[in-house]
Formats: sequence, C-alpha cells, structure tokens
Amino acid sequence: MTEQYEEKDLKISEGELDEGFVLDIRGLKVYFELRKRGFQHAGFVRAVDGVDLKLHRGETIAIVGESGCGKTSLMKTILRLNTPTGGEIEFDGEIINDLKADALKNVRRKIGYVQQDPYGALAPFMNVRTILEEPLIVNGIKDKQERFERIVKVLEEVRMTPVEDFLEKFPHQLSGGQQQRIVIARAMILDPILLVADEPVSMLDASVRVEILKLLRALQEEHHLAVIYITHDLATVRYFSEYIYVMYAGQVIEKAQESDLINKTAHPYTHALLAATSDPDPKNVDEFQDVPPGEPPSLVTPPLGCRFHPRCPHMIPDLCEVKRPPEFDLGDKHQVACWLFRDMPVYREFTIED
Amino acid sequence: MAKQKKITIKEDAILEAKRKAELMSKMTDTTHKVGEVKHDLLLSIKDLKLHFETVRGAVQAVDGVNFDLVTNKAVVVVGESGCGKSSLAKAILRLLPRNVSHYSGEVWLRDVDTMQLSDEDYREDIRWVKISMVPQAAMNSLNPVLRVGDQVAEPMLVHYGMPKEEAMEQAAVMFRNVGVPVDFLTRYPFELSGGMRQRVAIAMALVTGPDLVILDEPTSALDVLTQANIFNLLKRIKANLETSFILITHDISTSSELADIVAVMYAGKIIEVSESHRFFSKPRHPYARALMASVPRLREREEPRFIEGKPPSLINPPTGCRFKDRCPKRFEKCEEEPPVTVFGDDWVACWLYEGQGE
Repeated sequence: MTEQYEEKDLKISEGELDEGFVLDIRGLKVYFELRKRGFQHAGFVRAVDGVDLKLHRGETIAIVGESGCGKTSLMKTILRLNTPTGGEIEFDGEIINDLKADALKNVRRKIGYVQQDPYGALAPFMNVRTILEEPLIVNGIKDKQERFERIVKVLEEVRMTPVEDFLEKFPHQLSGGQQQRIVIARAMILDPILLVADEPVSMLDASVRVEILKLLRALQEEHHLAVIYITHDLATVRYFSEYIYVMYAGQVIEKAQESDLINKTAHPYTHALLAATSDPDPKNVDEFQDVPPGEPPSLVTPPLGCRFHPRCPHMIPDLCEVKRPPEFDLGDKHQVACWLFRDMPVYREFTIED
Repeated sequence: MAKQKKITIKEDAILEAKRKAELMSKMTDTTHKVGEVKHDLLLSIKDLKLHFETVRGAVQAVDGVNFDLVTNKAVVVVGESGCGKSSLAKAILRLLPRNVSHYSGEVWLRDVDTMQLSDEDYREDIRWVKISMVPQAAMNSLNPVLRVGDQVAEPMLVHYGMPKEEAMEQAAVMFRNVGVPVDFLTRYPFELSGGMRQRVAIAMALVTGPDLVILDEPTSALDVLTQANIFNLLKRIKANLETSFILITHDISTSSELADIVAVMYAGKIIEVSESHRFFSKPRHPYARALMASVPRLREREEPRFIEGKPPSLINPPTGCRFKDRCPKRFEKCEEEPPVTVFGDDWVACWLYEGQGE
C-alpha cells in the first residue's frame, strides 16, 4: 500500500512540474506618472491595465497589438526594467515585484531578451567575441577557457559557422540577419528559461525574417524554452506561436490558440487587425481595406467601459460605453473581453479596481 | 548676403495645382476610375546608372535600370534591402549625395530628357513640380521646428510664387483631402501621431499637383491599421486623379494593395517587370519566385521558405547573372549577361526564358 501511495505522490509531483508556470502574471498594472505641474497631480499613463498572463515551460505565446497598446511596457515589466504599479508577477516560483538589485540579477540571468533593432542593440565598438563575453563576465564566470567554449557553443547554436570567421567581426561588418543572430546568441548564452523577443524581425528583410523565426523556433524546442513573442505582424505570428494574446489600449481583449484566433475570430478589434493584414493578392487593388475609424485612445484618460467602443462597429449603447466587459469563455482556451458574447459563461470578472 | 533669387509667379501651374486639389476634394469612394482612362507614356528610364565612391571602390547601387511607366498607374519596386531601391528613387529625382562617382542614362518625362537639364532648371521645373516624393520614414522627415501647415504650403511658395495666404488655403484644402483635421495646420510635427505625420508628408508631395509621386517605404514604420488607412487614401487618389506612383518597398504583401505593375530589383538591376496579376500568382524570374515564397501569409497554410545566401556586394558584383550564386536553376549560360525576354508589356532578364518571348 505504502509503495503505491509513494508512486502516486511521485506522479503528482511530476504533473505539477509540468503544470508549473514559468511566468504567472496576475492583474498587472503599469502606470507612468505624468510630469507634475506645480503641486498639481497631472495623472497617469495607464500603459498596462489589468493583464493576466500565464506561460509554461516549452510554450510560445505571442502578444499582438498596435504601437502604444502597452506590449513593450508589459515586456519591460517582465524584465523588471519597469516597476509594476499593481498586481503580481511570479517568475519561476518567485514574486519579482519588489526585488532589489542583487536578487534581480539572478532573475534576469534566466530571461533572455531579443531586441527589435539588432544594429541599435549591439555596441558598435565591440566585436562579436566581446559582445558575447560580457554577460558571462558580469555573471561571474572567471575561467577564460570556459567563457570561450560557451561563446563557440552558442555561436554554433545560432548557426554562425564557421565560428572563427565571426569572432573578431564588428556589428557593422555583419548583415542584418547575422546581427540579429548575434543578439539571439547573447540572449541565449546564459541558458535562460524564458526568452522575450520584442519584434525580433520587424527590421529585417522578408527573405531573412523566416530564417530568424525558424531559428528561434529551433532554439525553443532544443532548450525547452518559454518564449514571449511581441509583434504587430499577425502573418508571422502564425508560424511561430501556439497561443496569441491580442492587446488593445493596455488590456488583453482576446486570447486564443493560433488557429482559433484566425478562424473563429471573436473580438471586433481582432477582426479589424486581421482584415488589415494583406496577403500578396492582385485583387487587393480593387478593394478598400476595412479600417475602423479613429485612432487608439489616450492612455491617460481611456474611454469608460470597453476601450474599443468609440471605434467599434457593433457597439451596444448603454453597455459597452459604461461597463468594462468581463472575459467570456468561448471554450478551448479561447477567451474574449467583449459584450457581444455576453451569453457565454464568464471566465474572469473585473472589479472596479481593475 | 547671398543673392535672393526672384521667384516668378506661375499662373498656369497654380491653376493646375488648384484644379487637382479641387478634384481631390471631390474624391469619390472608388478604386476604379470612372469613364475613359488614358494611359500615355509618362516616364521612360533608359540605362540609368548611379554609382557611389567609397574607400573600397565604386558601389554600383543603380546599374543600368530600364523601365517605362504610363500615366495613372502604380509601379512597385520590390527587393531586399541594399539592392538599390532607394538609390533608384534618388537617381530619378536627382537627389544625389556628395560621393557620386558616376551618374548617367536617360530619364524621359513625357518628351523631356531630364538628364539634360541643368541642376537649376531641374529644381525649378521638375522636382516637386512634376515629380515629388514621400521619403522613407516620412514621419521623421518633417522639419521639427516648423508648423506642419507652413511645411505643406512651402512648395507652393517656392515653386509657383503663390502668395502666402493663398498657399495656406491650398495647404488647408490638401489637409482635408488627405484626412488631416484642418486645425492641425498650426501644429508642430511632434504633436501628431505617426499616421497623421505620414498623411502630412503625402499632402506635401501632392500639393503642387505633380504627375508622378515616388513613395519610398511609405508605411514601413506604421501599424497595420494605419497602414491600411494610408493605402486606402492612395487608392482613392489614384482612382480620382491622373497621378502615377512609384512605390518602393520590401513588403510584398502590402505592395499588392496599390500595384498595377511590379518591378523586381536585385543587386542594382531590374530583373523582371510584370503586370501585378501575373506577378502575384506566377512570377517568372527564379529570384522573384523565391521572394514570393518567403512571404508569410495569413490565409494560407503553406510554410514560407527563405532564400539561402545573401545578395552580392555591389562593389564588385558578379559577372553574368547577379543571382546565379543563390539560384536553384543555375546552368552554364548564367555566367554571361542574361538576355531580356519580352512578353507583351512584361519582361524578364533570365537565361531560362531565352527565345520564349512573344
């Protein structure tokens, strides 16, 4: 009997390991205070306003939205480059909201960060070897030989071979795709468990984009990484992530698996985003694209209720403009914050504070 | 003190610009021109070359480009970065940097070879009068210390000698036409969103009523919704005016929103010109095919593929076909300069099509 129990216990703990989240964000808020005028309080920019996000090991999620919707603020808060105003960020079993510099260094070692503009992200006066050596030195790897071996290993991983050809090169001697590979190598060199990629291919040529995305995908599978892919380009998201969060004006308005988001699109804003993403089709010339009027709202004084209601073609009077829609569950991990789906079961209710 | 050049008032040009602005303000919501459409030959480029001097040798950014464009059509120039797309725009508009080592060829605008004009004549009669441009990253190309209204009115003052008040009125009309609220006239660029700045740059290019507008990556820094908006505007302008467009971009998906004709550029040369219906379904040149296959698509299941290798250096480009090192269909003949095979209005420069032309 006891043996059986032990076996069962073991199974549960294994299951828990699998179920365990690398990243668990609950009700995250990031506000930036506006410059004060005298003693007057000028208000806040509500960059991220009540966002939940969960991420397993080995899972890839994408965050999609227009510029100014808060996706970069969210990412910077995960890296704790911003301090959260409210809510909790649990990373690898630890709440990192208020960590101090020393503890943060430990956390950041486990998060790799791939910047948007590779040329801007690499110091022009450092060659590939010094660029990749720096994070190792900062994190206390004193053995020179070990550092060199790790640099070679990571360069091989990002397919920069033969390694000797690249070690002494400076960023300006590399092509855009190669620069981005170096940025990825730098993010990978400390063996992170989470990789945050902020528009990693938007500055690259179409022919190179696919190559870089495939590389990221391969790394993710080899190292069983959790990856957050931040972008505004829905066409590339499809090939890269299983689960997509759509953000609008600081809030997540729809989340679904990739195929559901595209084939069973729920939120009017997601519809608009998809409609505005063109495929190369000569018939496009003959039609206007369907674009909701207006621009994204100010995040200082966002609209009441649903933040998309001033632009929404399906706005329900006296409801959308008054109350923030809760997240309705459409089944199959597909949730949408929109009153059009008020017949569906509620997945998450938002309180006044949210 | 520098000699102040007297600006002559050009009544005809002003009337023409006003007529076009008037036409624009009555724009109907259509992507197709109503009534008879005339397609006269507008621009004809013959063997255009633009080389830059560098320490390591001459960069042959534009190396023998040929193409024709008729009125009221949009040609899209696609290619990877560094293939010379932007240099081509600069060569057409004669906006040359200082390190030019070689600049030759013919650029016929209707019946004038603009290459024969002096710099001063070119500035006065062609640039921004007949051909204007929306530069790359137009959002940052506006002057940060001038009000946007003044910037849009400026071409009218400088080129046509229009009185200031009248020019401001014209600017206001243009603002309305491109969908910028008129009270933005007195704002500074930093007070505008990216999409609005882009519209202002388009207004500035259209204010003088040019025949040809060159758009250099007009939406690459914008969000998808804003981008769709800008393309809707361009479509409307094309359907309601006689303006032609040259759209320079590496984004093939969005280029299909405006393209009538697609020109593929590779390593300083144009290698294929095809009508858009043909190009987006079945491009001819192996490079064009690879490029199309690399485009991620939202509505199809097919995985995109990337092109192995990288474009050749433009300092010492390979002889023969410049794509041969990356080409899956390479054979012996590729060592020599590929012939141009003509298919109706389309053409392709590739040995695979030798002798197949119509």
